[in-house]
Amino acid sequence: MSAATIDSPGNQKAVAPSANDGGSSRADHIKFLIFALAVLTMPIWLSPIGAAYPDLVQKFAIFGILAIGFNILFGLTGYLSFGHAAFLGVGSYAAVWSFKLLTMNIVPAILFGVLAGGVFALLIGYVSLRRTGIYFSILTLAFAQMSYNLAYSVLTPITNGETGLQLALHDPRILDGPAGAGLPSTNLFGMLTVGYTGFYVCAVMLILAYYLAMRIRRSPFGMALRAIKSNQNRMNYTGFNTRPYTLAAFVISGMYAGLAGSLMAVVDPLAGAERMQWTASGEVVLMTILGGSGTLLGPVLGAGIIKYFENIFSAFNDQVLGRIFDFLPEGLQEAAVVLFSPFVGEGWHLTLGVVFMLIVIFLPGGVMEGVARIKARFDRSRSDTAR
Amino acid sequence: MTIFDKNVNRRRLLQGGVAVTAGLAAPNFFIKGAWAEEFRNNPGSAKSVKFGFNVPQTGAYADEGADELRAYQLAVKHINGEGDGGLLKTMTPLSLKGNGILGKKLEYVTGDTQTKSDAARASAKRMIEKDGVIMFSGGSSSGVAVAVQSLAQEMGVIFMCGLTHSNDTTGKDKKRYGFRHFFNAYMSGAALGPVLKENMGTDRRAYHLTADYTWGWTQEESIKNTTEALGWTTVKAVRTPLGAGDFSQYITPVLNSGADVLILNHYGKDMVNSLTQAVQFGLRDKMVNGKKFEIIVPLYSRLMAQGAGENVKGILGTTNWHWSLRDAGSQTFVKSFGQEYGFPPSQAAHTCYVQALLYANACEQAGTFYPPEVIKTLEGFEFDGMGNGKTLYRAEDHQCFKDVLVVRGKENPTNQFDLLEVVKEVPRADVTYDAKIFGGELGPYKVPL
Repeated sequence: MSAATIDSPGNQKAVAPSANDGGSSRADHIKFLIFALAVLTMPIWLSPIGAAYPDLVQKFAIFGILAIGFNILFGLTGYLSFGHAAFLGVGSYAAVWSFKLLTMNIVPAILFGVLAGGVFALLIGYVSLRRTGIYFSILTLAFAQMSYNLAYSVLTPITNGETGLQLALHDPRILDGPAGAGLPSTNLFGMLTVGYTGFYVCAVMLILAYYLAMRIRRSPFGMALRAIKSNQNRMNYTGFNTRPYTLAAFVISGMYAGLAGSLMAVVDPLAGAERMQWTASGEVVLMTILGGSGTLLGPVLGAGIIKYFENIFSAFNDQVLGRIFDFLPEGLQEAAVVLFSPFVGEGWHLTLGVVFMLIVIFLPGGVMEGVARIKARFDRSRSDTAR
Repeated sequence: MTIFDKNVNRRRLLQGGVAVTAGLAAPNFFIKGAWAEEFRNNPGSAKSVKFGFNVPQTGAYADEGADELRAYQLAVKHINGEGDGGLLKTMTPLSLKGNGILGKKLEYVTGDTQTKSDAARASAKRMIEKDGVIMFSGGSSSGVAVAVQSLAQEMGVIFMCGLTHSNDTTGKDKKRYGFRHFFNAYMSGAALGPVLKENMGTDRRAYHLTADYTWGWTQEESIKNTTEALGWTTVKAVRTPLGAGDFSQYITPVLNSGADVLILNHYGKDMVNSLTQAVQFGLRDKMVNGKKFEIIVPLYSRLMAQGAGENVKGILGTTNWHWSLRDAGSQTFVKSFGQEYGFPPSQAAHTCYVQALLYANACEQAGTFYPPEVIKTLEGFEFDGMGNGKTLYRAEDHQCFKDVLVVRGKENPTNQFDLLEVVKEVPRADVTYDAKIFGGELGPYKVPL
């Protein structure tokens, strides 16, 4: 890339997320390969920061899928859905029911999860997409909250309410035959999908999901979606019916969420209603904005950052802080512990909030904008020396 | 609509194939070492072992969670032989020597359940997979306890339940790797029955407001069974969402229902709110059917009584333990907790402290951390000197059986902690039931890694 395509480095337009589709198909594929490699080696390069254990890397992959799917809707069409967690929950319930009724094999569970997410998105999308902007957001929020409350109490026979839907010893599992002693594990044709194996299942799905999102983005369909984002009225005036496109994007996005939900059930066969709460929906929005909406990689990064904070920072207590500041002299160490303790443990939300504010204020395009800025500066200095 | 602009050519198919193969092969590469250990998180020759304390630090039950954590930290101190030794001085039979467990120093990690099943399981998994805990404990909601307990069974790591009162925890959802010291809704009902008869007679009309989840359901059922056996009629049972905040819309219909007793199957902040509103609506000053209107809170705690303030005066309920008990175990615990933190412990703190000690003691007694052996040691273990008198860990359902307290909100509290008075200590025999009535299966001792 030459300096000419970058404009001046301070100019935000040059690195704004929606403008970075100048790369070739070849560049995309190289990025894809690097991404795939990075995802598969997560258990290695995450270990220095204490994040390399099965449950967390599984979460990185699963929420990565969710955020990629959300970004197909929000990043491409600009429709801000505040109810994405509903599809996640529906996917989870479908998968757990598949485990209970059919078999512990994960293939049908994932298929049902994706299907359920898609059908549910079709229903909600059909109604909600009649409105745009804030009205659309409120509609999706209302639907999601409705689903949550249904799952929480009214539909208790199906969802087991607050306790969450779980496997039981006497579930029919008609394809598996009678169960042995203890609860069976989820498996992929006999290979148990717990721990790191579970992670690799999620990782392969994340890579496929990324690839599909990349292809959608570069397709004429993706172009239409981005046109809708830039000016839907103009599209309509030229005789282009945008409804099928937005609905398709919504359904695809819902299927991604269904996939993520079913994977959550695959690695941990339990589905709880709180997965559908509005806070969970808000989390997806945060992930996407934090990472950089409209970019391919951004949402995955955002998901990783938020899950890291939630799982690692929330577990710090004064004891751990004391160990971190061990290198300081006695008095200073205590002062540092007192200073930082409101930001860790139960205060991890506070840290996340501060990080989020900093990013939104200084890097409106999310982490990806930061990366692009650094890259731009790097490229410029290199071309400067070449001159 | 065209989603794909290009056809997949042979080259790309090959590339994709290689990537997928690499992905599928990778797990075998990374997990091949995992089979070496005999059981999960075997401390082997390490100098220390870790407990995981998984408590609600945020949300409706955060007060209970904070007190639980204090108790756990105290328990770790005492097991390691620091502090005044606490219940190690009064517990019988005792195997612990005050030098950690089996000579290994005890450490701990903490986590936030957020009172949500998902978050609690994520936090528990982190403790098991990352921090390598040998046992984890905590929780302040039956929904969470049931969810986390099944994780314990899957992972093969013992879970010592904290505050959970639903019949399901050691009933239909009981697990081989889960143990509960706290009492349950059935026992509350059995203990409360005779006292209700004495105080309110046999001709009453009851109206239930119930928190809409596993604990609420089972408590409503148990209390209903008890009161209907006394001859009371149940007018209506209404389910309310957890964390509703405003209960006025549920309380107004009570006034015109013809009921003369309101039973609040609520806990934590829900109970504080519903009770306060019921009293503000003047329910307790009313005369219905020629009798004084009464309110019952089947599960009481001192922390809740503190929240509800004046409104708890004269209201009946049950509790697992109370700091005013005069036996040596309770007194010792209150003293060492008070010295450490400056106020008396809640029942949540007591049950969590005892659970940590019981597990540590079982390991010491079994001479190993191997879970099936520890479980067998705890099953049928009978102990004394930890409050509540002689206590049995029943082998059939992993439920502790001990004396249950019926309490009443004190009319003239002498200080801010002296809010409940013990009306009756119901002996263990009166609250014991057949383990078969709730169904469920414990599952296997050995779980595959």
